[in-house]
Amino acid sequence: MKRHLVSTADLSRDDALLILDTAEELAHLSGRSVKKLPTLRGRTVVNLFFEDSTRTKTSFEVAEKRLSADVINFSAKGSSVSKGESLKDTALTLQAMGADAVVIRHHASGAPARLAGSDWLHGSVINAGDGTHEHPTQALLDAFTIRRHLNPGTGHDLAGRRVAIVGDVLHSRVARSNVHLLTTLGAEVTFVAPPTLLPIGIENWPCQVSYDLDAVLPKTDALMMLRVQRERMNAAFFPTEREYSRRYGMNGIRMAQLPEHAIVMHPGPMVRGMEITAEVADSPRCTAVEQVANGVSVRMAVLYLLLGGAVFADAPADASRTDSPEAAK
Amino acid sequence: MTTPISASAPRPPHQVLDAGDITRIVTRIAHEIVERAKGADDVVLLGIHTRGVHLARRLQARLNQVAGREIPLGTLDITMYRDDLRLKPARALEHTEIPAEGIDGKLVILVDDVLFSGRTIRAALDALSDIGRPRAVQLAVLVDRGHRELPIRADYVGKNLPTSLREAVQVQLADTDGRDAVLVGDRDYAARSSQALAAQPSDPHLPE
Amino acid sequence: MTSYLIRNVQILGGAPQDILIADGVFREIGTGLTAEADIDIDGHGLIALPGLVDLHTHLREPGREDAETVLTGTQAAAKGGYTAVHAMANTFPVADTAGVVEQVWRLGQESGYCDVQPVGAVTVGLEGKKLAELGAMHDSAAGVRVFSDDGKCVDDAVIMRRALEYVKAFDGVVAQHAQEPRLTEGAQMNEGQVSGELGLGGWPAVAEEAIIARDVLLAAHVGSRLHVCHLSTAGSVEIVRWAKAKGWDVTAEVTPHHLLLTDELVRSYDPVYKVNPPLRTAADVEALRAALADGTIDAVATDHAPHPAEDKDCEWAVAAMGMVGLETALSVVQQTMVDTGLLNWEGVADRMSHRPARIGRLTGHGRPVSVGEPANLVLFDPAYRGLVDPDSFATRSRNTPYRGLDLPGRVHATFLRGTATVLAGELAEQGGLK
Repeated sequence: MKRHLVSTADLSRDDALLILDTAEELAHLSGRSVKKLPTLRGRTVVNLFFEDSTRTKTSFEVAEKRLSADVINFSAKGSSVSKGESLKDTALTLQAMGADAVVIRHHASGAPARLAGSDWLHGSVINAGDGTHEHPTQALLDAFTIRRHLNPGTGHDLAGRRVAIVGDVLHSRVARSNVHLLTTLGAEVTFVAPPTLLPIGIENWPCQVSYDLDAVLPKTDALMMLRVQRERMNAAFFPTEREYSRRYGMNGIRMAQLPEHAIVMHPGPMVRGMEITAEVADSPRCTAVEQVANGVSVRMAVLYLLLGGAVFADAPADASRTDSPEAAK
Repeated sequence: MTTPISASAPRPPHQVLDAGDITRIVTRIAHEIVERAKGADDVVLLGIHTRGVHLARRLQARLNQVAGREIPLGTLDITMYRDDLRLKPARALEHTEIPAEGIDGKLVILVDDVLFSGRTIRAALDALSDIGRPRAVQLAVLVDRGHRELPIRADYVGKNLPTSLREAVQVQLADTDGRDAVLVGDRDYAARSSQALAAQPSDPHLPE
Repeated sequence: MTSYLIRNVQILGGAPQDILIADGVFREIGTGLTAEADIDIDGHGLIALPGLVDLHTHLREPGREDAETVLTGTQAAAKGGYTAVHAMANTFPVADTAGVVEQVWRLGQESGYCDVQPVGAVTVGLEGKKLAELGAMHDSAAGVRVFSDDGKCVDDAVIMRRALEYVKAFDGVVAQHAQEPRLTEGAQMNEGQVSGELGLGGWPAVAEEAIIARDVLLAAHVGSRLHVCHLSTAGSVEIVRWAKAKGWDVTAEVTPHHLLLTDELVRSYDPVYKVNPPLRTAADVEALRAALADGTIDAVATDHAPHPAEDKDCEWAVAAMGMVGLETALSVVQQTMVDTGLLNWEGVADRMSHRPARIGRLTGHGRPVSVGEPANLVLFDPAYRGLVDPDSFATRSRNTPYRGLDLPGRVHATFLRGTATVLAGELAEQGGLK
């Protein structure tokens, strides 16, 4: 594995499975009375959030604390350069404070890549969502959730599982991270959205594209609903909220079109009545709450794998798996 | 890098226990446990990954026969509690499985293949304390090779094997290695010989 | 004045000849010249081109002297082989009055390294609402003939029409920065495969092409002259080609970086590649090279856009757009056009000196290298190889996308009206002409 987690495109199939399997093992922790491991004792993890995100931040914080890391929350709202300290100075400050890892959420696509590629700080950079680019740990927890339902067991991938991702793909970092990761794990991904909410050049992405949700439903094992912001309506991405939910919203009637085993996922926060009705959101097939729980396990796994061992300039890709013959099997 | 020529060339590994020895040791320890734990009523076996798990499984089979009932068996992965995590890249985790009845108030017997520095057992004790509160914890090992670095001792020892730090002890079990044996050889032999300690290199129990 | 005898130099890449420069003009040209000169220059292996003319330079003064001044900008120009540059109007204050353009013009005169021809803003404050006093700027000492809101597009069709019409009175030209504003709101890079993957706001080619299409029709309708700044797409080339075929008075420029770099570089999220118009695709690069070769694109213009380090040492979205280019332009043109066989040195002289001078109506530049002409000359060593080292630049800024790149060629000497501004690759002690 690389030293940073900026994009799921950087994860090989083995990397991804190692993370999922580790998360599976760490998930047992939540059932114990002492939900804490000493693994990252003395390591400092900074949560650098340039954008409000209670969910992701809390999830990372729980994960860090369960691994006994020293957690520093560094909230920096607003555009860095125009409104004060630059990203570079912030990074240099964190470096001076001895941050072993920086979990960064930023409104600008590429900000984590910029940190990881710079010499501003030496710790691992974990992307907790950058602009409309990527949100790798969300994709990992999605894959983890899908695997638990559709192909449970350590070492298992998602070969042949059909995942439909519905909604504002154009602005979705969740969709981008998922298309890389899920295809790496062997799943077949279909994006469903009005043409206005799909990026130019999507025909070259490793996925299918459909404008018709109803046609896709019967051929779906996992349906992932993306949040649609009401503001998009004003930019003419779609005519009205009503029309959007009629054509692309998930409701009870549509849920009945899904195969028996299929799950409905949502990264949250849900906009009920827009992309999903209460009937679907509250049904046992909806995994939204389970995804939150899985998020902690997956983030623990990422933190452990990036920070738990020795830190090399850039860890040799397979060292973590070849040094122990048991794990290599 | 050239290797300085030393008077004593590294020795190839030689076998100190064979399959029969190991089977007899497991049987003897099972009897000792029943005797000392007064019927082993509240015993829970926890095997430490990797070979400790296989040994614990064998020990359980014998114990079941001796005690006439099913002894609870679990596995323990102590990776997250190790004190040498930062010396190597992050390791993959093994499965920790605590028996359904838990360990609170039980006599937990940790099972491992080789007792050496004691650091693995220290980590296992830490892990245990996060999982529950046993009545007591005991330790069973196949081989005690000495050189302790912590105040830890085993309650049940298959074989005391005095070794030098130059030597490596290798436990092979049919479950993972194709055969049962315990070998001792020079640590350097593995490094210098193309036919390393064994065809399948397993953890040579270097000082941790 | 110091006189120079340059021996065995290849004028426009032709057979070796000697050039005697004295009293600000080419005194003698021929083989085996016997004249005495103050300084002899061995021209063996060097190409002599008329002093280069840049239609598109941001000198930043007044207002952003932390990025560039007229002095450092003209020094950079001289090191790049330029003898005249057009200074864009987006300064602080904006060059939209006779006062500001005269100030810039005077600073250029004082620098002595390169002639500075100010460009006037088309609209007041570059806001696209109200015509600036175009006539006053023309009538000033600066004698402005090129007008541009560069950095912003004159997107109002009526304003654009009026500007095109109005400048006819003094043979002016409107240089349009073609960017439809509504289609490029929040745009960060070329819209295409890469922008989709990177999640950066897309800048569609059509936003450039739609404006160019409108403008050539407007120019034809009112019978005026139009110049299109920094063409960056294959579609733009097609529209300009079509307009020229119609016989309309349309000219166009391309930047060196659009001849070499593509949007694949943005994958690094390094803002040094952030520029307006954005780096496009390999297919666009190919079309631009072909268009420059066949003359559809008239000129190479640098769009030299210096920015201080802090404006690039940040995340992509907040970084400033632009690249410095004066000191690397000729090398990039050699690599992309000459070494590829698309253009010979005569063609380079045409696209980088003759035609840009003609578009800007500069009478003293872009002249042939012949006896009696003002001695504006660049000696270029095309065999030189070296990695681009921004620390050796004369420009005050370092935002070059070519850092560490192996670009061919180097300017050996530049002469402005007979005075050396650059000799042996180094800036002359002080600029010459006062």
